[in-house]
Amino acid sequence: MAMRELSGAELSAALGQAFPDAVEEYDDTAAWVRPSRVRTVAAYLRDDPSLDFQFLNSISAVDFVEYFDLVFHIMSLRQRHCAVLKARLYGRNELALPSVYSVWRGADFQEREIWDLMGIRFEGHPNLKRIMLWEGFDGHPLRKDFL
Amino acid sequence: MTIRTEPMTVNVGPQHPSTHGVFRVRVTFDGEDIVEVEPVFGYLHRGTEKLAEERNYVQVVTLTDRLDYTSSMINNQAYCLAVEELLGVEPPPRGKYLRTLTAELQRIASHLIAVGFFVQELGAFGTPLMYGFRSRERILDLFEMLCGARVTVSYMRPGGVFADAPRDFWPALDQFLEDFAHEFAEMEQLLLENEILMVRTRGVSPIPPEVAINNSISGPVLRASGINWDWRKQDPYDAYDKVEFDVPIGSNWDNYDRFWVRMQEVHQSIRIIRQCIEQIEPGPVRLDLPLVLRPEAGKEAYGRVEASKGELGFYLVSDGGISPYRCKIRSPSLINLTIIEHLLVGWKLADMIVSLGSIDINMGEVDR
Repeated sequence: MAMRELSGAELSAALGQAFPDAVEEYDDTAAWVRPSRVRTVAAYLRDDPSLDFQFLNSISAVDFVEYFDLVFHIMSLRQRHCAVLKARLYGRNELALPSVYSVWRGADFQEREIWDLMGIRFEGHPNLKRIMLWEGFDGHPLRKDFL
Repeated sequence: MTIRTEPMTVNVGPQHPSTHGVFRVRVTFDGEDIVEVEPVFGYLHRGTEKLAEERNYVQVVTLTDRLDYTSSMINNQAYCLAVEELLGVEPPPRGKYLRTLTAELQRIASHLIAVGFFVQELGAFGTPLMYGFRSRERILDLFEMLCGARVTVSYMRPGGVFADAPRDFWPALDQFLEDFAHEFAEMEQLLLENEILMVRTRGVSPIPPEVAINNSISGPVLRASGINWDWRKQDPYDAYDKVEFDVPIGSNWDNYDRFWVRMQEVHQSIRIIRQCIEQIEPGPVRLDLPLVLRPEAGKEAYGRVEASKGELGFYLVSDGGISPYRCKIRSPSLINLTIIEHLLVGWKLADMIVSLGSIDINMGEVDR
């Protein structure tokens, strides 16, 4: 029996009741939420019994040059379903969104890695330091304009 | 008279024989008790994700070998599954069986190292580790027959495996399984109910299930915390839906259970390998895909497997070009280390290295 993958539409419908203004758009695989609402949405996704996303698989950041996509792969062990939550940040400088550290402790090193290699800050992370590179390193090497 | 103590910070690693590679941790002790832990990463950072953006889809396979170099086959498999999901293709059945079989051999090799070093850190210097290496050597010989390489195998390709097993591989595999049964029985006899091992690990550093889940722990560590979660069962890939096996679960969540779960998983891997040998049928091993793959622009895929350390995932994004636009690696070793503070704080100096060994990290995968 395979895992059920929630489509973007399903996720957006589930979120729409609690947060009518949080979902920006959705497609087949994922729903984009307003970056400033990420932590509130994450807490709701974890605590709502029918959604029950208590496990954060991975956080990725993708540099599309005009904007960055933050990608959260999440799942529920009890409900046996998974979903993809995204947040889109426009621009290149001073990028930040709320940290989900307090919701999913497993975000700790992944958020530090994204700050280190992609240059996106997570507000509310208790120890947001570079993780792979040293403090004082110039630039964020996974960005497309870092050569 | 009371003796005054004050906290002392000790630096362990990155060049230290018991930290499984170049892992560094700053530990603050109050007497013998650990009060603060700060892991420091990056000494083996090679920028694999950036390198992957400049190679074509097939070439990236060689980079995955070098992540967790004790389980290269499983890394290959995770990456190939992600590319296949991106392309919307599936390998032929013989390719799937060969991948399942080699992945399970690799899991045995990896668990033997994990258990060997874990016991070594308890002070059993040499013997159990060499028992493990003796059998692992045989597995590497089998890999050499398949692809000419022993550690950095690059045996799998998107769409299957790169070559069928040579004819003398099958008798060699049978011989290995026969010998390994004795070799592993020796190891079990030596370790499973060993008094020193039990006294030192029972009840030490338990991870409650809810803590494990919140910390995104996966693999044998999660199962030792009493959670029945194995991707081979939950979302079967390759030939795992055709084979029967059990998922060993821990009940005390402690260091002993993490060791015990790995020992039991070796038995299950043997079961899977035997079923693969029975079920495998002649046929093609690889899809006839173009040498340079160009997945559709805008597509993305998350391919994951149950690696020997936990959930290994590759998140690939395509822009229609010949290389992945983004190749994010969800590495179980790094994310399992999130628990390190919970695991060590409040325990003694003597338990530190043992607990670290019980999560079985591999720095090639932590730093990437």
